Amino acid sequence: MSWLHRAKKGVRIQRTAEKKELPEGMWTKCPGCSDIVYRVELDKNLWVCTRCSYHFPLNAHQYVDVLTDAGTFEETFRNITSLDPLNFRDAKEKYRIKLKKTMLRTNLTEAVLTGRARLHGRPIVLGVFDFSFLGGSMGSAVGEKIARAGLDALERHSPLIVLSRSGGARMHESVLSLMQMAKTSAVLAKLHEARVPFISVMSNPTTGGVSASFASLGDVNLAEPHAQIGFAGPRVIRETINQELPPGFQTAEFVQECGFVDLIVSRGEMRSVLHRLLCFLCGSEQEEKMLKPEVEEPPVAEEAPTREADPTPSPPDVLGTPDETTREIGLHGPA
Amino acid sequence: MNRDWLEFERPIVELETKIGELRDLAGTKGMDMTREIESLERQAEKLRGDIYSKLTPWQRVQLARHPRRPYTLDYIEALCEEFTELHGDRLFGDDRAIVGGMGLLAGRQVMVIGHQKGRNTKENLLRNFGMPHPEGYRKALRLMQLAGKFGRPIITFIDTPGAYPGVDAEKRGQSEAIARNLREMVRIAVPIVVVVIGEGGSGGALALAVGDRVLMLENSIYSVISPEGCAAILWGDRAEAPRAAEALKLTATDLDELQLIDRVIQEPNGGAHRDPLAMADVLRDVLGAELESLERTPIDELLENRFQKYLHMGVFADAET
Repeated sequence: MSWLHRAKKGVRIQRTAEKKELPEGMWTKCPGCSDIVYRVELDKNLWVCTRCSYHFPLNAHQYVDVLTDAGTFEETFRNITSLDPLNFRDAKEKYRIKLKKTMLRTNLTEAVLTGRARLHGRPIVLGVFDFSFLGGSMGSAVGEKIARAGLDALERHSPLIVLSRSGGARMHESVLSLMQMAKTSAVLAKLHEARVPFISVMSNPTTGGVSASFASLGDVNLAEPHAQIGFAGPRVIRETINQELPPGFQTAEFVQECGFVDLIVSRGEMRSVLHRLLCFLCGSEQEEKMLKPEVEEPPVAEEAPTREADPTPSPPDVLGTPDETTREIGLHGPA
Repeated sequence: MNRDWLEFERPIVELETKIGELRDLAGTKGMDMTREIESLERQAEKLRGDIYSKLTPWQRVQLARHPRRPYTLDYIEALCEEFTELHGDRLFGDDRAIVGGMGLLAGRQVMVIGHQKGRNTKENLLRNFGMPHPEGYRKALRLMQLAGKFGRPIITFIDTPGAYPGVDAEKRGQSEAIARNLREMVRIAVPIVVVVIGEGGSGGALALAVGDRVLMLENSIYSVISPEGCAAILWGDRAEAPRAAEALKLTATDLDELQLIDRVIQEPNGGAHRDPLAMADVLRDVLGAELESLERTPIDELLENRFQKYLHMGVFADAET
């Protein structure tokens, strides 16, 4: 009995060096394979585990670095921030307080970062979610930023790329959040009609109101490996059907098998695949002229005369697997 | 607890039962009870006014889900001189949680589509409690596009706890089906009038609710999440649903104040279920007037207005720095 209870009161355990969050700054434990990985190596590998290819979550700015040409990103619509129109208060605190705290903690103004950038020299309009800002949830401000980014893309006739990482609509703005689904999808209708490409990249997780609006509406839908993608949360589904969910349920791989993701692309290949898509979807002569000469890889699709008249290609055939894409680029590389 | 009235309706129901008994008594015994009955009826009317004018948001939620509340097919039957249901999404199957078809409403050919709940266990199994699968949304879109192609206006009735959260629904692309409806409904080149008649449950409701005019019945609700779901997440307890209902601002009046809907339609005293035919009469007039004004608008203007309406939804800060 005594070995279950402390004999002496006031005994304090000293935190030993090993027990401390192991390698502050130097090493990180990979949640995929539980290996200890050198952070510098991880950083070089775009935060994909070199052993098991686990994709570490990235913040919005890191994704901007992954997706765009260095130094080309100009942020837009930074002024748009959330209010607390419903005066919402949950068990813990007021929504407006939560917002302030989150802004301070994350150094972000909202759950999505929007801007203009270049990708292999091509102009793009970009939206990137940050999960650390209230779970990447979509309220009025997020909806407005996505909508404005869409209109920006429309006006400049630049392709729109949105990388989603969101639990869905933001409850604290209730039906105002819900309406952002209609709003963002309405803007995509305009892009659709104007044949401005929209590429949706789904990261972990893309669920709820984000998945049930713009994120599912890409001319091409890409996903990061193992990302959770779905409409309802697994807990809700489990409670509804009252049984265990099939293994791998709602993973990117599962969703691709079901036919709702065109291609799963690992982070290291994301830029080249996006470039491949942009070449196909907006390879008109005018666009070609705008290309800067310092493109590292000759655009692969140039020899295939692309017509704007076909906004919905059958992507799996066109794209091939990431391996094939790489090989293709290799074949056309410097001889 | 098999009953078809709500706890806060008890005093009214009791009084009504009493009136009924008195009437029976008067009938069988041949006694003159007109004065007593009249006085009791006045009481009942006042009681109804008192109770229903001071409903809490949670009580409205219960009314919106009232087991006797008229459903889509009830309104179709009361409103349409003719109705021919059309089935299936031409891709997978026919989802009975959504009904749709060609209706004749006050001499006007319209496409009518709506969520359909069931009144008993058997019906609810058939209708899946009004919770559609992707094929339901795809059927709805097919019918709306059919109406668009042949220039017939569309009326949709919204009444669902939400899109069905199940394994098969996910496999068949619940998200994609809803998202596509949202995008395509903005483009359908005929007038669309939406009426929230009961529960407007999140994305599963919105997927039929993008239109030129969005109307809500007085005791209907519209929310991003059910009060129970919200309570479970934000309060850690489903029993806090009444508080969540208040916080979510989900009543017709709330939505009207937020300018997210175009108009609130008054219900008969005591709610639509107390006098479904009177409700249908009101609805017939309202729908007729709305359609008439929308039909006068040139289609390009109609579509641009629809787009602008959704583009301007949301409340946020836009600080110039």
